[in-house]
Amino acid sequence: MTDIRSFDDTGEAQFGDYVQLLKPRVMSLVVFTALVGLLVAPVHLHPVESFCAVLFIALGGGASGALNMWWDADIDAIMRRTKGRPIPSGRVQPGEALAIGLALSGISVVMLALATNVLAGALLAFTIFFYAVVYSMWLKRSTPQNIVIGGAAGAFPPMIGWVAATGHVSVEAVLMFMLIFMWTPPHFWALALFMKSDYGDAKVPMLTETHGRKVTRAHVWWYTIALVPFALALGFTSIGGPVYLATSVVLNLEFLRGAWRIWRRDEAVAEADGYKVEKQVFKFSLLYLFAHFCALLADAALRSWHLGAW
Amino acid sequence: MSFRPEHEIHRRRLGRNVGVGLLLAAFVALMFALSIVKVTQGDLMHQADHAQSVGAAATTETAP
Repeated sequence: MTDIRSFDDTGEAQFGDYVQLLKPRVMSLVVFTALVGLLVAPVHLHPVESFCAVLFIALGGGASGALNMWWDADIDAIMRRTKGRPIPSGRVQPGEALAIGLALSGISVVMLALATNVLAGALLAFTIFFYAVVYSMWLKRSTPQNIVIGGAAGAFPPMIGWVAATGHVSVEAVLMFMLIFMWTPPHFWALALFMKSDYGDAKVPMLTETHGRKVTRAHVWWYTIALVPFALALGFTSIGGPVYLATSVVLNLEFLRGAWRIWRRDEAVAEADGYKVEKQVFKFSLLYLFAHFCALLADAALRSWHLGAW
Repeated sequence: MSFRPEHEIHRRRLGRNVGVGLLLAAFVALMFALSIVKVTQGDLMHQADHAQSVGAAATTETAP
């Protein structure tokens, strides 16, 4: 029976529900980093090609988000943070999410390859595969290192942007990838320390649950140390410059200071002041990544005016 | 004959259909713009054509 009375309030999705399926907040980071990768490259595409490249990279990111929501619908329904998502709340059917994810994956990969080059399309396909299959289906529920390895999926967009413009992978693209890849663990573990999450109920092995908060604090410190050389090295490549290097030195010193404070803090002290330092470091880590990519743009602008290049 | 009152479900569907329609129209416009750019740039296409014609000419000249 197709009578309209047979639909309840949550049975039919609105357009916005499908947009939510694509994780628009994650997409904004993808758009920004892919755009920077594209703009700092030595080869310049036509504006329409550039627009298409960023659009289809973002669409590919959104598609992998939809596939992730389809696969994780069972654990999303358990956790407070995610139970309002379109599938667990019943607004979008799992089959719809899978169909949208697969369709947008195909469209974004083929269109990126046609608009720019085949290598960029292949990298986007690998990114979607990595996030949907390697991270969501395999790592997320099996190892506390899920954040570390899964972070690669979020690190690909600037590399794809670069490849879309130049047609090849170079040291600059690899270092932009490494910057986000190494930044992801301390960023998420700082969040995990102050978010009293219900990952345990959902049986997701987060480091805070499997190894305890003291070990997680140590991990934040050591992974921040590992991040610093990659961030600074980018400053000595063809896309680096004085603005990037100065910005990076200041930001890395501050990130190290924050990570050190997290490591040396006692859990009781942190709980007493409402995880003040952890929250500060988490917010700062967002600024850290944003400012690094803005500095790359600033140096690219200076180079175009024949100022400040190495 | 009486019209049925509009149910809330109709408004939801209208919003969704308008959204999909606008997206499709934007996609068509984008594909048109991209096609124009690719055709007017045409560097790679010219190079490929040139390479093919040179190759064909060389084959013809060296043929017994």
